[in-house]
Amino acid sequence: MKHEHFLDVNELSVEFQTRNGIVKALEKVSIHVDKGEVLGIVGESGSGKSVTAYTIIGLLDRAGLVTNGKTAFDGMLLSGAKEALLSDLRGREISMIFQNPRAALNPIRSVGKQIEDVLLRHVQASRYNVRKKAIDMLDQVKIVDSKRRYWSYPFELSGGMCQRVMIAIALACNPRLLIADEPTTGLDVTTQKATMDLIQELTRNRNMSVILITHDLGMASAYCDRLVVMQKGKIVESAPVVKIFSEPQHSYTKKLIAASPGPKSQLADLIDTTDEMSEADIEQLDKPMQQFSQKKSATPNILEVSNLVKEFTVRDSSRFRLPWSGKISSHQTFRAVDDISFSLKRGESLGLVGESGCGKSTTSSILTRLLDPTSGDVIFDGENITSYSSVQFAQIPQRAKIQMVFQDPTDSLNPRYTAKDTISEPLKQLLFIKKREALNERVIKLAKMVGLPENLLTRFPHQLSGGQKARVGIARAIAVEPLLLILDEPTSALDVSVQAVVLQLLNKLKRDLGMSYIFVSHDLNVVRLLCERVMVMNRGKIVETGMADDVLRNPQKDYTRNLVSSIPHFEPGKKVA
Amino acid sequence: MSENLVTVVSFSLFLFIVFLGLFGEFLAPYDPLATAASNTLRPPSWTHPFGTDNLGRDVLSRVIVATRLDLSIALSAVALSFVIGSALGSVAGFWGGWWDRIIGRFSDTIMAFPLFVLAMGIVAALGNTVENIVYATAIINLPFYIRVSRAETSVRREAGYVAAARLCGISEIRILATQVFPNTLPPMMVQISLNMGWAILNAAGLSFIGLGVRAPDAEWGIMVAEGATYIVSGEWWLALFPGAALMIAVFCFNLLGDGLRDLVDPQRRT
Repeated sequence: MKHEHFLDVNELSVEFQTRNGIVKALEKVSIHVDKGEVLGIVGESGSGKSVTAYTIIGLLDRAGLVTNGKTAFDGMLLSGAKEALLSDLRGREISMIFQNPRAALNPIRSVGKQIEDVLLRHVQASRYNVRKKAIDMLDQVKIVDSKRRYWSYPFELSGGMCQRVMIAIALACNPRLLIADEPTTGLDVTTQKATMDLIQELTRNRNMSVILITHDLGMASAYCDRLVVMQKGKIVESAPVVKIFSEPQHSYTKKLIAASPGPKSQLADLIDTTDEMSEADIEQLDKPMQQFSQKKSATPNILEVSNLVKEFTVRDSSRFRLPWSGKISSHQTFRAVDDISFSLKRGESLGLVGESGCGKSTTSSILTRLLDPTSGDVIFDGENITSYSSVQFAQIPQRAKIQMVFQDPTDSLNPRYTAKDTISEPLKQLLFIKKREALNERVIKLAKMVGLPENLLTRFPHQLSGGQKARVGIARAIAVEPLLLILDEPTSALDVSVQAVVLQLLNKLKRDLGMSYIFVSHDLNVVRLLCERVMVMNRGKIVETGMADDVLRNPQKDYTRNLVSSIPHFEPGKKVA
Repeated sequence: MSENLVTVVSFSLFLFIVFLGLFGEFLAPYDPLATAASNTLRPPSWTHPFGTDNLGRDVLSRVIVATRLDLSIALSAVALSFVIGSALGSVAGFWGGWWDRIIGRFSDTIMAFPLFVLAMGIVAALGNTVENIVYATAIINLPFYIRVSRAETSVRREAGYVAAARLCGISEIRILATQVFPNTLPPMMVQISLNMGWAILNAAGLSFIGLGVRAPDAEWGIMVAEGATYIVSGEWWLALFPGAALMIAVFCFNLLGDGLRDLVDPQRRT
């Protein structure tokens, strides 16, 4: 008899019944995990990583059908097992941490009670000691003041805390296998590091096996022993971490590694071999519009921001207020942007980095004049644009000079507009091009510039891929030839290989059109690729500014240092045992 | 569309009802108002498939001809409450603040009344005419449109494409009209369709208690009301057939909702 693995998945195939026929989600996927081993499953969206995990613990969608393969857990056959057995195993033997902790927790039940539920379900505690055990679990996941937090509801906790509670629930019954499905998506890098370190510590102490599903190669390299790379429902490569990074075998793995920006990679390194667009198509654009590179005026700085402040009123919900009692005099305010000043040269790109809630989005909203500042000046192209209210600003020609690329390419496109409608909107509104031929010509030209095939222009957003939607968003932003383009995490919703392409496109457009960029992001490595200078923000204040490479290599402030060191990446030789 | 049997059935039923509404008077075998004293209260037969009523009028003809009146009351009432309700709801959802409070309380006030009693009161106060049935039905349905449209608008007001439209310098009211409002249509369509059923029931209900449509005119509600007295003495066909027509129409509109939503949803377009 051959050596039995702790978890053995053998030639698993899964199909999904959809409106458009049968979709093969998994094709003959074989993985195995040994005791105490951390297996990483990496791949881009739609590669079947999550389906694999759901199939293992028997939580596959009703439309899904296992057509082939066997799953054995500790010698026990899971495939074809009765639901009663599976639900007994789930939580006690095999646990799962989900992608979005806030969605996975019950919003109307206190977190302590939710931990108790698992313990009671699997008879790991009695009614008399269950609370003590739950609080003990909260202590183990390092939640401060666990006795009080026992009564907290998920909405009262931060994203990181919610994920800790999820970990507590998952580990409450001491399972032997933990499946973590993108456990840190949506969390800040420092929180991500804390969460992952916690998972690592807890699972190592209990000698648990872990399957870590992630799209982030850096994270996988830092926390896994062995990696499985998946693409389109198939496993393309499986090897120990060090081997995968030092000598990747499959071309897809190579591409994935190249596309993940590390602390040393250059933009050109993120090789562009995406299927949807070749570099040649982007290249062939006739003379770029150079109007504004010629009319350089005397002011060297395109943008000067001085003492910018934005305050939000915090509504005091604790006190009941009668409508006729008038305004309370001492209303609380929260400073989202706290007295920041900086400047931006023509053609320069500045990275604005910080964690969620640091005020970077508020700053970019003020710069695009979608939001009025509380005080401070924004001098754009020699004119103080804060002297106009955001409503007035919409009417003046400067409106066209500051444009923005949004974070979520799906959310930022009107689902009822075709790609062409979306791109022509600013042309009609701001450049007053009304003739259909002229409009068509411009749209086609813009599509060419961003590398969007012409036949996709008549499609609606839901018929486009993530990368194509991002291109439409970029085309819309550059349509009116802005001087300043604000990029609000333009690649955070995209897969790494698509991100690489979009970053290169942005870099090329900057060169050709002479625009200035403000690149808002939480990812220092990405910012470094596109920006000469970075500005690190924390709690509405600028912590540190400097040349991108300097800040990343030699951060001066503790906050920045913490931020930089939290980014997981692969370093040969550094591999922890 | 062909992939969904329910949609196909409800759409064909809908077309059939509309067809009867448009051409009913040419299709009806007899004059719906012609009385025949020698031929009263006959049970269904080959010459009169739905029988005749207490004045000898052909029930089938009256049921067919009534389609137009019922359908047009329902359609105009729904159109009226859709236009006014979605306008108010979008404004409340988009600008919030005082708009939201005033419009919200306004719709709460309407909801606070038992709706049918409110409709009765309105018709009684404004006068006993068909137009007033339309107004009454429109008013009692307003809150549903306001609520759906307010909710759908407020979730979309912070969408990325709205911010993008602001960057294009489009005025707020145009953003609401061209960017936000069209995206609220799919759920509104379901509301419209369900509401058509309610509106027909409501109009029939008002006629049943003697408001709105007057005696000789053929209308389902009034026919049921007149026929109801004869059920005890065994002449069931007087009330059954108009009642069944009413039921089928309401049923059809309720089924239609999902199909309609798919029709206006860009995600389903190719």
